Amino acid sequence: MQTATISLARLQGVRKRYGKVQALDGIDLSLHGGELLALLGPNGAGKTTAIGLLLGLIRADAGEVALFGMDPQRIEARRHIGVMLQDAQLPTSLRVGELIRLTASYYPAPRSVAESAELAGISDLLQRPYGKLSGGQQRRVQFALALCGRPKLLFLDEPTVGMDIEARQKLWQAIRHLVAEGNSVVLTTHYLEEAEALANRVCVMARGRIISEGSVEALRARIALKRVWCTTRLSLADVAAWPEVAEARIDGERLCLSTEHAELLVRRLLAEDVGLSALEVRAAGLAEAFTELTRDDTLAEAA
Amino acid sequence: MNTHIDLSILSERPQVAPMPRARVFNAYLQETRSEILRYLRTPSFMLPTLLFPTVFYLMFGVLLGHGSGGQQARYMLAAYSTFGVMAPGLFGFGVSLALERDGGLLTLKRALPMPPAAYLVGKMVMAMLVAAVIAALLLSLALFVAHVPLSAAQVSRLFALEVAGVLPFCALGLLLGTIIKGQGAPGLVNMIYLPMAFLSGLWFPLSIMPKFLQQLAPIWPSYHLNQLALSAIDMPHAGSGLVHAVALCAFTLACLWLAVRRLRRIG
Repeated sequence: MQTATISLARLQGVRKRYGKVQALDGIDLSLHGGELLALLGPNGAGKTTAIGLLLGLIRADAGEVALFGMDPQRIEARRHIGVMLQDAQLPTSLRVGELIRLTASYYPAPRSVAESAELAGISDLLQRPYGKLSGGQQRRVQFALALCGRPKLLFLDEPTVGMDIEARQKLWQAIRHLVAEGNSVVLTTHYLEEAEALANRVCVMARGRIISEGSVEALRARIALKRVWCTTRLSLADVAAWPEVAEARIDGERLCLSTEHAELLVRRLLAEDVGLSALEVRAAGLAEAFTELTRDDTLAEAA
Repeated sequence: MNTHIDLSILSERPQVAPMPRARVFNAYLQETRSEILRYLRTPSFMLPTLLFPTVFYLMFGVLLGHGSGGQQARYMLAAYSTFGVMAPGLFGFGVSLALERDGGLLTLKRALPMPPAAYLVGKMVMAMLVAAVIAALLLSLALFVAHVPLSAAQVSRLFALEVAGVLPFCALGLLLGTIIKGQGAPGLVNMIYLPMAFLSGLWFPLSIMPKFLQQLAPIWPSYHLNQLALSAIDMPHAGSGLVHAVALCAFTLACLWLAVRRLRRIG
């Protein structure tokens, strides 16, 4: 008898190869209740393969895949999940309400059509044929289909691609609402600010491996890059040569310096230029952190 | 299942909601309803499927057959009924499956907790309904326009046969749908549909065709269905009804088996 608590979704030592491409190269991943996990990474990193395994669409070559402690190919396991895939063309002649009604019929205790539409912000589209909607509206309908079964776990594969800023904000709000209800979400995204806005935990993937895992804060701390802006009489070339400076460039009127040791750098700047002004220190965004991580990985690979 | 799933945060909800049988049945019903709605709203499927057999029958069976004492209209009723019910099976399954595999809809449905058979049952019921409409249209033309004398028994036998007769073509369509992919599907299915109809003697009697084509005919499911249709309205036909029925069943099962095997492998 197994007494240890089981996570909602789990990959353990999973490998998957397509021909010569090692899509996943020994992945461990585990998702807990009420958590929003973001999978970040460039194209070909293995995000979609990882999702495909958890949905039971493909079989792992090695390792263990579990969804609610079961094989994801078992329909009982999938009755607790909602799915939004990257490119699924839904029947264009069906109306939005009909699509929701059909998808909800697969689940034991679904939301009503009206409630699903309300949550996804498409109440005004229910009578429209799916084929007549704009790309952003279609994505929102797909989101309604993902949540209509009252799933405990949602898989959202690049959910906001093709949406304008307002629609994206609305979708984020709806996702936050679902997480606040106690549901879990696995999200893949290209948009770093999306992960930053939503995720409790971020997994950065590159070439079939997880190269960093933790909270958004932990990810930033691991990189620990800070940006220092200032107006100074010191030359760019001089400052760039300092050991405290990781990267230096001109940003408008000011110098912009990246550093892991902001305090040391600021002390030296102030010491060397008494007239220094317009000083500003900021933590790097996830974008910089992400670039930094994948670059380290590339260097390690090359070494 | 003695594994413990940590869903403490969701404690207000049942941990594993069972799916009542009525809801599973409802999933089948909704899938079928959606398929029917989709095709009713797709004129590029409905119009050729309904118009080709009826217009051909009117032209070749009724108008050109005038003066043969209704024998030509009677013979061609069987042939065009068979021709008519091939289309909803081949196109409803073959083309739609090919397009839905290509467009990712099938992948989404496999990820969703859809009962796997609901997808096939939905398409099958849709195909049988369209076949029923085609059979009813052709029978009406035969009875009321060509004035072919048909007994109630003959009418109901032919009708029931054609509605069930769509199934071997559903199975063949399913198999084709797992092999071909995407936008080229309608053309490819036509390249199988039309020659098969011709070679089974649906347009011209087999007796006026070259000997080797006549010998080839029993390969085609449409040949067997046509012989059964002729026998249903008491026209001369070749072979015994039982052999034709067994041939059709065997063909259906073989296609189904191959298709399911392919679907398991490629998805």
